[in-house]
Amino acid sequence: MTTAETESVESFRARARDWLAGNMPRLDENAPPPALGDDDEEWVRARELQRMLYAGGFAGICFPVEYGGLGLSLAHQRAFTQETAGYEMPVQLNIPTFSIVCATLLDMGSEEQKRERISAAIRGDEVHCQFLSEPSGGSDLAGLLTRAELDGDTWILNGQKTWSTSAYAADWGLCLARTNWDVPKHRGLTMFLIPTRAPGLHMNRVKMVNGSREFCEEFFTDVQLPATAVVGEVNDGWAVASRQLFHERNAVGGGSPFVSGLAGRPRALGGQSPFTIARATGRAAEPGVRERVGEWVAMETVQHQMVARVGRAIGTGALPAPAASLLRLFHAESAQRATDLAMDVAGAQIAAGVGTEEGVVGRAGIAYLSRQGASLGGGSSEMARNQISERLLNMPREAAADRDIPFNQVKRGRA
Amino acid sequence: MELELTADQKLFQSSARSLLEKDHSLDRLRGLAPGEPAWDRDSWQRGAELGWAATIVPEELGGGSVSGEGVRDLTLLAEELGSVVAAGPFLPVNVVLAGLVAAHGSGPDHAATIESLVAGEQVATWAVYEPGGQWAPEAARVAATPTGEGWRLDGTKDRVEAGLEADLLLVTATGPEGLVQLLVPASAEGVAVSPQWALDLSRPLAEVRFDGVVVGAEAVVGTPATTPEVLERQLQIALLVQCAEMCGGLDRMFALTMQWGFDRYSFGRPLASYQALKHRYADMRTWLEACHATTQAAAEAVQAGSADAPQLVSVAKSFVAERAQWILQDCVQLHGGIGVTWEHDLHLYLRRATSDRALYGTPEDHRRRLADLSSL
Repeated sequence: MTTAETESVESFRARARDWLAGNMPRLDENAPPPALGDDDEEWVRARELQRMLYAGGFAGICFPVEYGGLGLSLAHQRAFTQETAGYEMPVQLNIPTFSIVCATLLDMGSEEQKRERISAAIRGDEVHCQFLSEPSGGSDLAGLLTRAELDGDTWILNGQKTWSTSAYAADWGLCLARTNWDVPKHRGLTMFLIPTRAPGLHMNRVKMVNGSREFCEEFFTDVQLPATAVVGEVNDGWAVASRQLFHERNAVGGGSPFVSGLAGRPRALGGQSPFTIARATGRAAEPGVRERVGEWVAMETVQHQMVARVGRAIGTGALPAPAASLLRLFHAESAQRATDLAMDVAGAQIAAGVGTEEGVVGRAGIAYLSRQGASLGGGSSEMARNQISERLLNMPREAAADRDIPFNQVKRGRA
Repeated sequence: MELELTADQKLFQSSARSLLEKDHSLDRLRGLAPGEPAWDRDSWQRGAELGWAATIVPEELGGGSVSGEGVRDLTLLAEELGSVVAAGPFLPVNVVLAGLVAAHGSGPDHAATIESLVAGEQVATWAVYEPGGQWAPEAARVAATPTGEGWRLDGTKDRVEAGLEADLLLVTATGPEGLVQLLVPASAEGVAVSPQWALDLSRPLAEVRFDGVVVGAEAVVGTPATTPEVLERQLQIALLVQCAEMCGGLDRMFALTMQWGFDRYSFGRPLASYQALKHRYADMRTWLEACHATTQAAAEAVQAGSADAPQLVSVAKSFVAERAQWILQDCVQLHGGIGVTWEHDLHLYLRRATSDRALYGTPEDHRRRLADLSSL
């Protein structure tokens, strides 16, 4: 008899509570936010924390036992997550490692892929990433140009990827490439599981306007992959990518069983809310400032209420899966409103920092520079609006010049 | 809308719907002559028989709710009434009941009044605004002076919903020891009620003058100690009803505008095929979901008496009232010129939403309240 069959949620919760108290480090609420820029040490820390969870028997709660997990229910996972309040947790591993890559491997991977990759991630030995987007097009994922050609038993991969989040910290990535150019775009793709340190793979970190370097770009030059690197079927990679997109929406919507832990350490750029800025600038008594802080409080609250409601509705089937685009669109709006309100509240002070440091108010200025990131990352807001109008409201689809046309006959841009 | 309704709630909802279809047509509302009453006592009585004034009143005081969670049932009803811009004293009666029930056990006994309001035999309203004033119930200028045996009231209230029709006025006034609320019969000597022009055709407003009005000590609602929480309860119920009725109205008008998008053709294509318009529909659909999300969350908090209920009703009001305007004005835009005609239904909803936005605190008022509550 396994633990899964015997242990009740409440017993598991009580055991988790004791174990967390005795083993996991407490979050330091008063710690200053980390410096802008590199966050490499966060990833080292995430692996350490994951190893602690694994050693304590609280890692991979909803993954099957045969792949290194505990094989327990979503209720067990939720109970554990609730108990983690106030503790440092390896939340960087939730997305994409556990809730997207491992979840997709569980659905579509070979037995060997599942046994090796999922268990290594649960042990804290591996981090996973996704190689999906390409510089030739952001929203049109299936129109990608990276190619994989079979040479005997070996696949030869050539091309370029970008916007791969935290790929520099990862060991393995799911990479979508074109393997047949004579069929319409969705039907000629294959998903590969590739080591990020494979010969021929060159990775750069992309520096963003806010100083973040979490995104990477990769160049693949004759990267050699064995036949066992294929995830799912050859030329059926879109089915695998669709699972990834599903799991991504599920994770962002709060419905994933593979997300564990409530919080991590304070992230860079976390400390410049309109509330904080109102205090830092000494403007908290101004009615106009109070109105804006109140608006921010309301927006943040509605954002959480929206995630809870739509997540639950998708879970029960009250809303169809494309309703996740409602969350995508609203998140962008609330994040951007927060940025704008912070700038309003900062007023004249946003142009300068404190001495040679950016200070809290300077951070609001930096956050404003990358304001549009909220409506670009994870699919643009325009794509979300297409999804909502076409998939949720059943309005006519946009004309597509590549539908049902062999990909090698589809027109491409010059950039 | 709640995501899941029980069988009893569905029955409650459908009984409300059939009465609303019979008694509250939009054409009647549109056709009202100036000065013609927007509703009559009989139709309110029929609503009361279906439990429209009973949900937030405990059974021992003559009330009761189908789900056992009165605030949720009240919200459900408010959505139904809002979806047809129903005329009648639903909001003021339930707000006064909220106050009387919250005060029950502190101060004079109002059980008999509660019972008659639940039964629809009497109508009551909250007299809280004062001429020229913004939302500031704590700064009432209407004066309550102790007379020895009771109180004397002097001053003027306005924007009193159903003021002409009400039998009882719950007056928020300032006494020597701070705020005091008095339940005053509209027939008392010295009370002068006059009609006031109202943007919302379905909600007649009145100005009420109190000129040396004398009431007994039994007219007081609550005690000086309980008045702030009684007031807060009245406000919470008013805000929830407003938000829920706006949600109901928005659902109806969004559905109408969706249908229009599919039915109306320009250049040989339905409006719903133009990306510029599809994107506006997508925004509206998103805001609508968020309006429901925040209204339901506020209803749950008020139902549970959670510590964050004051915040959550202000979050809901500030958000829903603003988005209701955005959505309805976009519905007008998508309809084209017909959307600004008297014949179209949209203005009836826009009137209600604009009036709801203005009363019991504007979004700006509630944002400042949120800043206060967040100890900024």
